[in-house]
Amino acid sequence: MKPSFLALRELSFARGRFALMGAVVALVAVLMVLLSGLSAGLVNDGVSGLQKLPVTSLAFQHDVEESSAYSRSIVTTDAVEPWREQPGVAAAAPFGNTLVNGRTDSGVEIDLALFGVELGSFLDPDVEDGSRLAGDGEVVISASAAEQGIDVGDTIVLEPSGMELRVVGTLAGQHTFGHVDIAYLSLRSWQEARAGVRAGDEVPDRVYREATAVAVQADDGGNVDLAAGDAAAKTTSMTLEDSFGASPGYTAETSTLQLIQAFLYAISALVVGAFFTVLTIQRRGEIAVLRAMGASKRYLLQESLLQSVVLLVVSAAVGIGVGLGMGVAVSATEMPFALEPWPIAGATLLLLGLGVAGAAVAVLRITRVDPLTALGGNR
Amino acid sequence: MNAALTLTDVTLTHGDGPETVTALDDVSLVVEPGELVAIVGPSGSGKSSLLAVAGALTTPTSGSVRLGDVDLVAARPRERDAVRRDRIGFVFQSGNLVPALTAVDQVRLPMTFGRAREHRDPMELLAEVGMDHKARRRPHELSGGERQRVGIARALVTRPSLLLVDEPTSALDRQRGQDIVALLARETHEHGVATVMVTHDHGILSHCDRVLEMLDGRLGVHVA
Repeated sequence: MKPSFLALRELSFARGRFALMGAVVALVAVLMVLLSGLSAGLVNDGVSGLQKLPVTSLAFQHDVEESSAYSRSIVTTDAVEPWREQPGVAAAAPFGNTLVNGRTDSGVEIDLALFGVELGSFLDPDVEDGSRLAGDGEVVISASAAEQGIDVGDTIVLEPSGMELRVVGTLAGQHTFGHVDIAYLSLRSWQEARAGVRAGDEVPDRVYREATAVAVQADDGGNVDLAAGDAAAKTTSMTLEDSFGASPGYTAETSTLQLIQAFLYAISALVVGAFFTVLTIQRRGEIAVLRAMGASKRYLLQESLLQSVVLLVVSAAVGIGVGLGMGVAVSATEMPFALEPWPIAGATLLLLGLGVAGAAVAVLRITRVDPLTALGGNR
Repeated sequence: MNAALTLTDVTLTHGDGPETVTALDDVSLVVEPGELVAIVGPSGSGKSSLLAVAGALTTPTSGSVRLGDVDLVAARPRERDAVRRDRIGFVFQSGNLVPALTAVDQVRLPMTFGRAREHRDPMELLAEVGMDHKARRRPHELSGGERQRVGIARALVTRPSLLLVDEPTSALDRQRGQDIVALLARETHEHGVATVMVTHDHGILSHCDRVLEMLDGRLGVHVA
């Protein structure tokens, strides 16, 4: 059996209508690439700083509202020690997180996510430029903040407290949290920044005992019993990935985009299915003749499926090419956008798979055509 | 030697109970290789049903249908597909060609349906039906008679033992109709094919070896 003989000749003969259909699939593929890029970009903007933490789980305040744990949680530094003692824990350290507004001495206004870490702990970050944190009142900032015109040596003044932080280094790559650039600083400076301490204020002792969470790093390949740790330290643990949902806007953004993408796949499968339904109905007379001549159902199904595969692969390739071109252009702008190969490859496979499935359901009608209708007055 | 086509006491009914319609009523027919048999009769007399039964498109309600040594009644659907592909050629009303294919590809098409047996050369066959000069034309660029010639070449490419022809002249003028039937007669005689042709057209019967008449599902000798 050589169903490609007929399939390819029909494709070429009806190239006008196949091209129209292909254009729709190509546009869907363009949209798919752009949405995938936007989705990856928003995830980066939302949680890239968290993804880069060398952390396996975070222990937040006991009974904290899990959807906004990063902004609501307070734990005392006393909770760190019980976590350090848990079996399978390689390291545990206090971790502070808060959003602030600031202005540099050169007048650049900037929103920052302050990550407070104990100097020398496993959270204390490496820098790409400048030097690592060496004391209180210093920050190292995300490379993406540096792009906004903040350089090593600048001083950032927090508003409204007036607290001053000196930029001593920049981190490698994008570190953002909730669409805001991250600045690492010592835990003590973070505690003062969070409490809004102004110069000369009397600071109550409890301020220096507080952090947002206990950051926990498991042994390599080790498993930490989070429930046991929570019981010992009176905390609520989330794995690092689960904690993404606790960062501002993350769940709403990703679920919206996923919903749009799901609709896109469904639309594409339905459109391809509808096209092949109409095509098959139009070809009913021809199919009856071919069946009467002895073409098997399998031959005709393979013939139509081959057409759908050629249509989908060619138009998806064109669409992805155009989408990547547009994506490169969008990446150069301020938009949160990141072209990542795996999500695009996965989305492409889904698009092709669902498209072929839609076509398959449509061309199954071929099996219901009675070759008898090729004869006599039935036509 | 076996006859090419043997129908014995074939009855075909549609529906059941008081609604029963008898399309073929105890029909027997033997067609020898190299014989062109015409079947005439009014619309609804059962001519198409006879082609459907002989062409393995329908299983009769009772009786036996044999194609050479193959029992078509006992054959499974897949085997009937293979019999139609390898041993039966169909010529349809107005050709019924595939719009996307050129004349030579129409003739090649049946070879793609299954294992290649001893096919005839498509270009040679087109030359035999007088269509080699238009081998690259598609159906919409051909006249009705030309389409019918290509259809005949398509039906013969697999060297069938049985050729079933359904109203071949219905879309043609008188002269072209005569030419087509003369071509069918020549192919039948030269290649030893058993040909059964259903027609309304009494003007073409002189080319046929035998003429039978169908009336209300019964087959009888045609009285001119």
